[in-house]
Amino acid sequence: MTTTERTSAINDPVAAGLARGWKVVDGGNLNMSQQIECDVAVIGTGAGGGVTADLLSRAGLAVVLIEEGPLKSSRDFKMREAEAYPSLYWDSAARKTKDKAINILQGRAVGGSTTVNWTSSFRTPPATLAYWRQQFGLDDYTPESLDPHFASAETRFGIKPWLTAPNTNNDLLKKGATALGIPVGSIRRNVEGCWNLGYCGMGCPTNAKQSMLVTTVPAALDRGARLYTGTRALRFEFAGNRVSRLICVALAYDGLTPTRNTISIRARHFVLAGGAINSPAVLLRSDAPDPYRRLGLRTFLHPTVISAALFEAPVDGHAGAPQSVYSDHFLERDPIDGPLGFKLEVPPLHPVLFASTLQGFGAVHADLMRQFARTHVQIALLRDGFHSESRGGSVSLNSDGTPVLDYPLTPVVWEGARRALLAMAEIQFAAGAKAVYPVHELAEGYATFAAASAAIAELPLRPLATRVVSAHVMGGCGMAADERRGVVDRHGRHFQIDNLSVFDGSIFPTSIGANPQLSIYGIVGKLAGELAAQLSGTSAPVLA
Amino acid sequence: MQRRTFLRLSLLGVAVLGASAVALRISGRNTPAEARADTTLVLRAVIPAVLAGVLPLDPATSQAAQGRSLERTLAAIDGLAPATRAELDQLFGLLASHPGRWLAGLDWADASANQVASFLQRWRTSSFDLFVAGYQAIHDLVLGSWYADPFSWDAIGYPGPTKL
Repeated sequence: MTTTERTSAINDPVAAGLARGWKVVDGGNLNMSQQIECDVAVIGTGAGGGVTADLLSRAGLAVVLIEEGPLKSSRDFKMREAEAYPSLYWDSAARKTKDKAINILQGRAVGGSTTVNWTSSFRTPPATLAYWRQQFGLDDYTPESLDPHFASAETRFGIKPWLTAPNTNNDLLKKGATALGIPVGSIRRNVEGCWNLGYCGMGCPTNAKQSMLVTTVPAALDRGARLYTGTRALRFEFAGNRVSRLICVALAYDGLTPTRNTISIRARHFVLAGGAINSPAVLLRSDAPDPYRRLGLRTFLHPTVISAALFEAPVDGHAGAPQSVYSDHFLERDPIDGPLGFKLEVPPLHPVLFASTLQGFGAVHADLMRQFARTHVQIALLRDGFHSESRGGSVSLNSDGTPVLDYPLTPVVWEGARRALLAMAEIQFAAGAKAVYPVHELAEGYATFAAASAAIAELPLRPLATRVVSAHVMGGCGMAADERRGVVDRHGRHFQIDNLSVFDGSIFPTSIGANPQLSIYGIVGKLAGELAAQLSGTSAPVLA
Repeated sequence: MQRRTFLRLSLLGVAVLGASAVALRISGRNTPAEARADTTLVLRAVIPAVLAGVLPLDPATSQAAQGRSLERTLAAIDGLAPATRAELDQLFGLLASHPGRWLAGLDWADASANQVASFLQRWRTSSFDLFVAGYQAIHDLVLGSWYADPFSWDAIGYPGPTKL
């Protein structure tokens, strides 16, 4: 099929919108500084920023969106890691914590992480909300008050049960768990007319995924919102307890190097939605008031450990919906603030991410890679932020002003990681694995569960030796009933700055305990709707 | 090697690396061109060890594949954030420096793949996080770049993206 045929076969809403005259400026094309005005400036175009821009523009407010990454669309999504990671992720999908011990997958493009996530959609677990009410005084964060907002997001983003059979990689989790009597569930996905290709992580080439890139951001741009891409929100300037201006810097055409061109924005209100790590960084660069030293603290990752397993028959983990089966069995065994629970899922397998995550080098690594198509992988996402010794990480600034997350992996995390490696190995053998490889520098392949469990019991679990990854960054601008416990109030308003709200995953006072996109859509849907009503004097708009 | 001797050597190594990092910063030695030369020197030496088992057997074809790997790895580095690139410049600058070569126990320009492999293995299993992180940076960059190349996919049974 030729390129022309392909382009015409798949409708590209971004290309169509640009042709209709969307107001989009890329920092790389600016040749002088600019001063602009609007009602609300929104920093970030991911789950938080996208929903916010949609609701504010629906209320008739003039919105400007600031995005550090590029505007890419289905035309650019070629399902190749070599192109996707450098253009769509922070640090080419290799963003690291300060000690390099955790690799973070975080989107950096219009649509944020929703452009590259694996589409898994869960409402915020009731136990998480109960903890927020008890520990942070967020009394109105109940399933009953949030359910209408989750429902509205589900309608808007096509979130529904995925009725296609899971791919083999997911099916093996189901098979092994079921054999052991461990309950599993089916993951709901935010897709419409999905082709079941398996490349969600490289940008959806068919626009089936209902990311912010094809839903809320186009809706806002159609209403006249202005979008600046390749533009970094540098800092706020304050006048008393208000933001007077937002100073942004245009990045060069490479999308990485700051230029001398600035964009200075005056607005009635500012919304920070750069995602955890980036949102606290803007406030740190701004020297924002932080009387109780809460800013950038309690940043959570769902630290994730990995278990690979070899099977006789092909698994082809690159093909088909990447995540369709999960188990919360190990989240529900202990009290939420007890030993760390974990959610079990599987990741899609693609050569670059797999090869760079797998331990060893030379012939040993090459031998494992030759089994790529017969490898099944499970991941265990540890629920951090509830146990008294799981306080997450802290964001600070490098000498060039860019953020870095220091996330100490404490003994309670390792205790959970060891149980998780053991549980995954047992499920993999129950599913018929010929060998299991815990992803750890000192682990080998084990042919029986007895051998694997003996080895896992002895593995020195420490940073770097154990491969730990994360695709969920939460917290750092925590929400609470009072300013002693958080950075923003129950409405996402900054405690000390009147015309500033934070509307993204950074306001979560703990991790979610599930893939966070729907939590962000629902909670921001509520908060941004209320803000839109206040600023415009209309009734609160909803997503659907 | 006795554990105590090894520990002492490692501690000395950390001290030496720390001191040379300071020295490098003070002397301002690593201009972009010098940093690139250091990176290239070290990568040329580590690529045959990291990719042992996947490089073609025929020497000429292998040389070409190594050249490709070097090119792709350098391009991957160029796509990283400036702060990350600066850290990598520092890692490769240190490894290429006199103290770094002493620490690695080899001369990058004419080290054998076996010598390099035992250096990598030492760093991989070291109890010093700095060394493990250095090893993992090399591991991720070289292996990630190799498997980004469609040339590598046949060997692992990956058919490549679906044709739309």
